[in-house]
Formats: sequence, structure tokens, C-alpha cells
Amino acid sequence: MAWTREQMAQRAAQELQDGFYVNLGIGIPTLVSNYIPEGMEIQLQSENGMLGMGPFPYEGEEDADLINAGKQTVTELPTTSYFSNADSFAMIRGGHINLSILGAMQVAQNGDLANWMIPGKMVKGMGGAMDLVAGVKKVIIVMEHTAKGEPKLLKTCNLPLTGKGVVDMVITDMAVFKFEKDGETNMKLIQLADGVTLDDVKEATEAEFDVAL
Amino acid sequence: MSDRKIYADATAALDGILTNGMTLMSGGFGLCGIPETLIEAVKVAGVKGLTVISNNAGVDGIGLGVLLESKQISTMVSSYVGENKMFAEQYLNGDLEVVFTPQGTLSEQIRAGGAGIPAFYTKTGVGTLVAEGKEVKNFDGEDYVMERGLTADVALVHAYMADKEGNLVFRKTARNFNPMMATAGRITVAEVEHLVEPGEIDPDHIVVPGVYVQRIVHVPNPVKHIEQRTTRTRNQVA
Repeated sequence: MAWTREQMAQRAAQELQDGFYVNLGIGIPTLVSNYIPEGMEIQLQSENGMLGMGPFPYEGEEDADLINAGKQTVTELPTTSYFSNADSFAMIRGGHINLSILGAMQVAQNGDLANWMIPGKMVKGMGGAMDLVAGVKKVIIVMEHTAKGEPKLLKTCNLPLTGKGVVDMVITDMAVFKFEKDGETNMKLIQLADGVTLDDVKEATEAEFDVAL
Repeated sequence: MSDRKIYADATAALDGILTNGMTLMSGGFGLCGIPETLIEAVKVAGVKGLTVISNNAGVDGIGLGVLLESKQISTMVSSYVGENKMFAEQYLNGDLEVVFTPQGTLSEQIRAGGAGIPAFYTKTGVGTLVAEGKEVKNFDGEDYVMERGLTADVALVHAYMADKEGNLVFRKTARNFNPMMATAGRITVAEVEHLVEPGEIDPDHIVVPGVYVQRIVHVPNPVKHIEQRTTRTRNQVA
């Protein structure tokens, strides 16, 4: 029952389109790069300052000057370009990146996103997440449906926000939801994961949503 | 070409420009492209109460982690500080103030500061803690928050190559925050892996023009650190 992390990444990869420039967050979103359909041209952006990010290097070929935004060693491709961090976020804020796939702690039914801090706990910082969700054309969240049994899809987020009304789609291990930012209702269930029923999803979701399966 | 911008070592390059309570910018992303030798020299100089503007805060014992250990930093302006135990400790017991800033806002603040722009509006952070106490203005139906440009008394940067005029070239993702910080320091000190004569760098390839760089120290073959060593095996399909 339900999707694995790989299946969630695979589902997210279905949202890619030929010619897209894409920024992938840390965790499950990173796995999406393993499922880019053959023949599709996708350029991955790494917000530290690189477009056209290649796979991890072969052992022994790591270069300390060539890392992604998760500080992991990566490689370059024939299409690669390097630029400053200010240029990188000009690209993001200016709406030139087509798609951002990120993780989340909470998403509300109006598309609000919380993924950077838990009050009372050590705060590590928001990194580039606030800029990405404010600037990138389409924002997809890939996350577990619940955390320790508690729903993560809520009526309103109770954690500090990363962005207001910024989420376009949520893919969890149980289901896929679409957010219509300008519609009457904001959140729509469009797909169930293998072996998951509508009742299962209702049980595990606090947010109110329409069913459009 | 004179050698007036060239200093014998990092301590000499910082001589006379460090004071208690000053604001420093320090380039790099994680441990990539950090001015590590200059940071070590700040430690030796012993100045305290520093405000440091840097995307990250190093790790324990490396980069800015060294200045946290010696308790020389009182305020950090950063977007992400996750990898540093010393940081967590000083932050949680109140010895260290942290201004968390979205990464793109931070780099634009530095770019703006260096370009003489005192403030700008951005969508980033609207409706979040980051916008609290700041002006929000509507342009064409969308809300934007006003952010201030940032400058520093001294900017410390790392470059791959410089000529003696101070024209800088960077290597791969070690560029990151270094070019903007070079423009935003009232005095900018660059540590460079390769130092060449003017004319040896193709002028079309220069990223930071020498006007922004006041002092240069040549640090050949620096030790570079990798935070997350990730690899694939030969038989694995990319």
C-alpha cells in the first residue's frame, strides 16, 4: 500500500516537460533526476550558481570547487554554465525557472507552505526556499502524507511560513493534489496512490479538498 | 605594473583594517570558495564583536567555524547554518545573534549594496516572518517587501586567479557569493590561487574588475574541503 519514495519521485517526474529548467530540493526531490524520460531535455539548476548540473562524479574525480546547493559533489555537462549567486537568484526570482520541486513540513489548503523552521527547535535557516517558492513558475511539493501519524496537509499551517499561496501541486505517498490558486476551492484530489482509498486519504488529511479523480 | 595591491601573506593583507565591532563579508557557499586563509588571519588578529555576512557559517574547525570557536563573532547574517555544532551552541545560549535571510535576498542585498542601491523590493518572504517590520508595497497587483542593500567595512573573497591589477576570475561553483561581496566591501581583500601579470587573463573572461579589489594575497595550492562527498560507480548508468 502507498507509494515508496522512488514512486513519489517517479510521479513528480511526470510533471516535467521538454525544455524545462528545473530546480530540485534536497531529499526525495533529488531522486526525480533519476526518472527524467529518455529524450527529454531538462536542465537542472543548482541555486549556488550552476545551470546544467550533471550526475555525481566517479570516485576519485570529485572536485571541491564543483558542488550543488546541498554541498554534494556533482559534475558538469556540455550545457553547463556557472554564475554568481546573485545571478542565480535573478534567474529564480525573475521567473526564468519553470519548475521547483521541494519537500515540506506542512501545506495548507490555500497553498501556504511551511518548510523551514519549528519554533523552539534549532533553526538552520531557509536557504533558498523562500526565493524559490516566490519566484519559480510552478512549485511541486513532494512529502510524506503524515508525520508521526499527524496530518501535514492542514486547514492552516501552524508553523512559520516559507511562502503564502505558493504551492501548485502536492505529491505524497498516498495521493496527488492540485491547487487552483484563483478558484473557489483551493485544493483538489486528482490521484490516489496504488492501494490507497479515498477514505484512507480523508482519514489522514485535515485540509478540506474537492475530489476530482 | 606595480605590486601596490600585493601583500606578502594574509596577516599583512589585513594589517590596519580590522577593528572590534566591524562588519565583515566572507565569500563562499558551504566550504566551497571560502577565503579560508584570510579567516585564519582574522583569528590571529583577535578582533571581537564582529558582524559577519556570509551565506553559511563554516563547520567546526573550518572556515568561519574557527571564528565562532574563538568567540569573535557576535552577529551572523546568513541563509543557512545547519552544519556547525559550535554555532548551535552559541545561538541557543544567546551569545550569538543570527539574522536569517533568504539566500536570494542576501545575495541581492550585497549586489545592491555594492552598486549603491540602498533598498529594493522583492516577492521573496511576503507574508512570512522575514517581512515583519518591513515596508510592503503593491506593484501591478502583487505584494513586494522592501529589503536594504548591504555593505561591509571589509570583504574577504576567494578567487581562482587574479592579475596584479586585481582583476578576478573564479572556478566553477566556487564563484557563488564572491563577486558581489568584492563589490560591497569598502576594502576588499582577495586570496587567490594563481597570481599573474596584467594581460595574462583575457579581458573578456574577467568576472570582477580590479577597481573593486584593494588588496591581494597569493595562496597557492590551498587545501579545499568537501562537505558531502557523493560519487557514483563506473558501472552505474548516469
